Amino acid sequence: MDFDFAAELPKLVQLLIGVAAFLVVVAVILVLVDRAPMRRRAWTHATILLLPALLLLTIGLVIPAVRTTLLSFMSGDGKQWVGMDNYGWMFTQPEAVTVLRNTLIWVLLVPLLVTAIGLVYAVLVDRTRFESLAKSLVFLPMAISFVGAGIIWRFVYAYRAEEQDQIGLLNQLVVAVGGEPQQWLQEPPLNTLFLIVVMVWIQAGFATVVLSAAIKGIPAEIVEAAKLDGATPLQMFFRVTLPSIRSAIVVVMVTQSIGTLKLFDIVRTMTGGQFDTSVIANEMYNQAFRYGETGKGAALAVFLFVLVTPIVIYQIRQRREALR
Amino acid sequence: MSLLSRPNRAVLVAGTIGLALVATACGSPEAKPSAGGSSSTSPECAAFSQYGKHEGKTVSIYSPIRDAEADLFEQAWKPFAQCTGIKITYEGTGEFEAQIQVRADGGNPPDIAFFPQPGLLERFAKAGKLKPASEEVKKLTAEGWSADWAKYATVDGTFYGAPLGASVKSFVWYSPKMFTEKGWAVPKTWDELMTLSTTIAGTGIKPWCAGIESGDATGWPATDWIEDILLREIGPEGYDDWVAHKLPFNDPKVVAAVDKVGAILKNDKFVNGGYGPVKSIASTAFQEGGVPITQGKCALHRQASFYANFWPEGTKVAEDGDVFAFYLPGNDPAKKPVLGAGEFVAAFADRPEVQTVQAYLASAEFPTARMKLGTYVTARKGVDPANAQNPIDKLSMEMLQDPSTIFRFDGSDLMPAAVGAGTFWKGMTDWINGKDTKTVLDYIDASWPKS
Amino acid sequence: MATLTQTAVRTRAENAPQRVRRRLSGRVASAVAIVIAVLWTTPTFGLLLSSLRPEDQIKSTGWWTFFSDPQLTLENYQQVLFGTSSSSGQMMSFLINSVVITIPSVLFPLALATFAAYALAWLPFRGREWIYIGIFALQIVPLQMSLVPLLSFFSEGVAVFGVQLLPAWDLEGPARFIQVWFAHTCFALPLGVFLLHNFMSELPGELMEAARVDGASHGKVLRTIVLPLVGPALATFAIFQFLWVWNDLLVALIFAGGTPDSAPMTVRLAQMAGTRGNEWQRLTSGAFVSLVIPLIVFLSMQRYFVRGLLAGSVKG
Repeated sequence: MDFDFAAELPKLVQLLIGVAAFLVVVAVILVLVDRAPMRRRAWTHATILLLPALLLLTIGLVIPAVRTTLLSFMSGDGKQWVGMDNYGWMFTQPEAVTVLRNTLIWVLLVPLLVTAIGLVYAVLVDRTRFESLAKSLVFLPMAISFVGAGIIWRFVYAYRAEEQDQIGLLNQLVVAVGGEPQQWLQEPPLNTLFLIVVMVWIQAGFATVVLSAAIKGIPAEIVEAAKLDGATPLQMFFRVTLPSIRSAIVVVMVTQSIGTLKLFDIVRTMTGGQFDTSVIANEMYNQAFRYGETGKGAALAVFLFVLVTPIVIYQIRQRREALR
Repeated sequence: MSLLSRPNRAVLVAGTIGLALVATACGSPEAKPSAGGSSSTSPECAAFSQYGKHEGKTVSIYSPIRDAEADLFEQAWKPFAQCTGIKITYEGTGEFEAQIQVRADGGNPPDIAFFPQPGLLERFAKAGKLKPASEEVKKLTAEGWSADWAKYATVDGTFYGAPLGASVKSFVWYSPKMFTEKGWAVPKTWDELMTLSTTIAGTGIKPWCAGIESGDATGWPATDWIEDILLREIGPEGYDDWVAHKLPFNDPKVVAAVDKVGAILKNDKFVNGGYGPVKSIASTAFQEGGVPITQGKCALHRQASFYANFWPEGTKVAEDGDVFAFYLPGNDPAKKPVLGAGEFVAAFADRPEVQTVQAYLASAEFPTARMKLGTYVTARKGVDPANAQNPIDKLSMEMLQDPSTIFRFDGSDLMPAAVGAGTFWKGMTDWINGKDTKTVLDYIDASWPKS
Repeated sequence: MATLTQTAVRTRAENAPQRVRRRLSGRVASAVAIVIAVLWTTPTFGLLLSSLRPEDQIKSTGWWTFFSDPQLTLENYQQVLFGTSSSSGQMMSFLINSVVITIPSVLFPLALATFAAYALAWLPFRGREWIYIGIFALQIVPLQMSLVPLLSFFSEGVAVFGVQLLPAWDLEGPARFIQVWFAHTCFALPLGVFLLHNFMSELPGELMEAARVDGASHGKVLRTIVLPLVGPALATFAIFQFLWVWNDLLVALIFAGGTPDSAPMTVRLAQMAGTRGNEWQRLTSGAFVSLVIPLIVFLSMQRYFVRGLLAGSVKG
């Protein structure tokens, strides 16, 4: 009950051990790489540098992914093989269409909006006097947990009957201009858009920070040259800035797409998937963990893998081009 | 319960212990700082002698009960833990249903879990994860609870654990003050209730208020409504058939019961007092559902006994106070089936100290100690309702302990989770949000797991 | 360091094309930036005000009521920071846990991802394409699906056909943190490798060629050439990993448990919502308490983003 510093000491010691272990790991890898014989084929070096990461990935993600795939062909309790039943269920349940449609809306809108807003904002505040403050303001939501964000936005969308004081900002504004208060999260399909706003609000800071770093990385000479050529700001933006930070934009788009596909916290805390707002990841969580239907949850997870294939193919193409 | 006093007291306690620690550090290390430092041989421990000594043993408990309520639990079993030497590590979580499955599957389950859903307990029992209850616990349960309760923790003939706390759901909250002022009487039958509702609606306020928003569990208060009415309409046996899916979810009888609820919940003249039209029920947090009663904006709110905790600070819960509750009447005033819920103590381990803790929790001493600390209801016989902290707890205890009471557990907690914690909740939310009864019930029926 | 960076910023700013700068920071541009900033800040500001209002007011009126009827209280913060309950101890314990969990959980993936990204970007060996694509694709594995296998890896070890290949870890007390570090490191690697690889492969190859011709080892190239150049990318990844770990609830619940011995602040905050989740006043103030440290970290790391300027000039 009391705060006893002595009781906390073992934790700090553990932290020191952790940091020491980190230094040892880094040192060992670097020493090994330095010592390894130089050959034309870089196999030894690659192995030393890649092995720790690959090992962890195998344990933490590859094995679970294989397991999930196997589970998707099994019954809820994981005791019988049921073939494609879980997949059949997935595509025949009545709301599947709604869930798929919602996921599609999310994955199309979120990366676009996040990237666009982040890019515009990063360009606008770049090298202004208030850059640091301005970036911090937009970054702020990133620092708030999903639970916190859920609370904030429930307050924004909150509804009270017309005759009462509104406690939600949005309805207060609507009432102020003479409108009727709305139940924003209960009217499909618009409610999905209101949820997307929350995601964009959280993630725009990510885009701003990454893109801002990329903009600062544009070589001064290119900017100078464009200036000498008499480029207008818009030309600068489209002909110099945009192409120069293309890879950073791809990074943002890709991470946002994947993050959006996996997203379930916002939907879960804001509507619980009610009112036709559910998305695949939310259904997956419900089936696998709340309903004990591991097989169905796993099938949805595998379907998520499949959805990301286009992005993977795009990456492969990109790499091929880059290497050529 | 004053929220204001708690932190200050805590700071004080922390300060005292801090001082005591300093003193200990300077003086002899043997000196025990706490006043009640009952070493296991002291007279207070005589009461626990039957549980034996388990020095240095640890039992972990995992439960959906957390924060202030969890503290009361820990406080209640503290003497037991000190005397038997068992260290009880308690962990409360808001994600119980999901987490317990992950931990059990991952080979790292707690020793004991408090299951609020018999359906979930059954799933773990069938998967072979749970250990059957000891003879001692079995005996205690047989003497302490009615057969109905024991049945809920029995899977394929094996008994897994005793019930713990309980709540009564068949209550309608109202304001005795408002009723006296307006000259309204507590209704004894469903028809009287509907007549009263019309009368109240005639005075310009909406008689009922409700809220079913509850995060990812949104919809459950509406399912409670349906269950309560079904229990009255088709009787306890019919209710059991419905829970076991022997009676289809879209059977005309169920449709009729749901429509009966709809006569209140989907009637814009009757709801949603203080909050707006019917649809506002779906977005009103269940914790706030009944609050308009205290503001005179609504007169009736159907919610479980634990709603006593949710009234604004300073609201007096009593038969002559600001708020109180009456039994939700059915068609026949002579029949009073009770809908309720509660937790069950099941174990993933069968070490002696684990079984000892289970036995203690199943005894009459634990609920008695727990009730003295704060609001709590148990269905265990031999616990004096006079210990209850508020009149609703007392009333609930009396109803639960009465051998003539026909008790039924919350159906959604008994059904497979995909329905009981999934489509049933979701369906009723859609129903409130505008979908018609038949469509919703067809949807729920179709979602029932095939195997 | 600070002065150095500032000088760098100033020099850079003066080098920038003046006209472009004038136009872009013109009125419309400023207005747009301000509108975005205000839109993005208002909800958080509302949270801050709400967290300072008495409980009954939070639930009955909007936070803007404050301007006509200012009523503030520190009661909510007092409850969150000093409210003790025997099940959970004081916030300070959980804060320390959060720090102990977070630091190694950021360091390890940062280092391992850097090594892996370097190998994948600049070492010529067969199959690196496929390894990279594979790691990239692993980003989609839902975290939830990894919890059970990883937990059984810790608690049951690895056994194939009844043969125990690796023993169970059986970690007790503070050693439990190792599990959390391990889990966070696994889950962070795909994004880390992807991000850093993207930045590294953009670096001019001539630089590395030159160094290699001079006889520098891969270790040396990594240390002296690559690291300084990808500084901003490292800082970016570090920040996101930090935020992810700091705000994580799921991984902590499974691998750290819910006791003050090892659980982080998020777990405590979730518990404080109360069994029936109606303690909004604590959630609002709790959200703010947990926000303070990430914000400080972000502000203090900002200058490393700015170092991108220096990186840019090295390029030429």
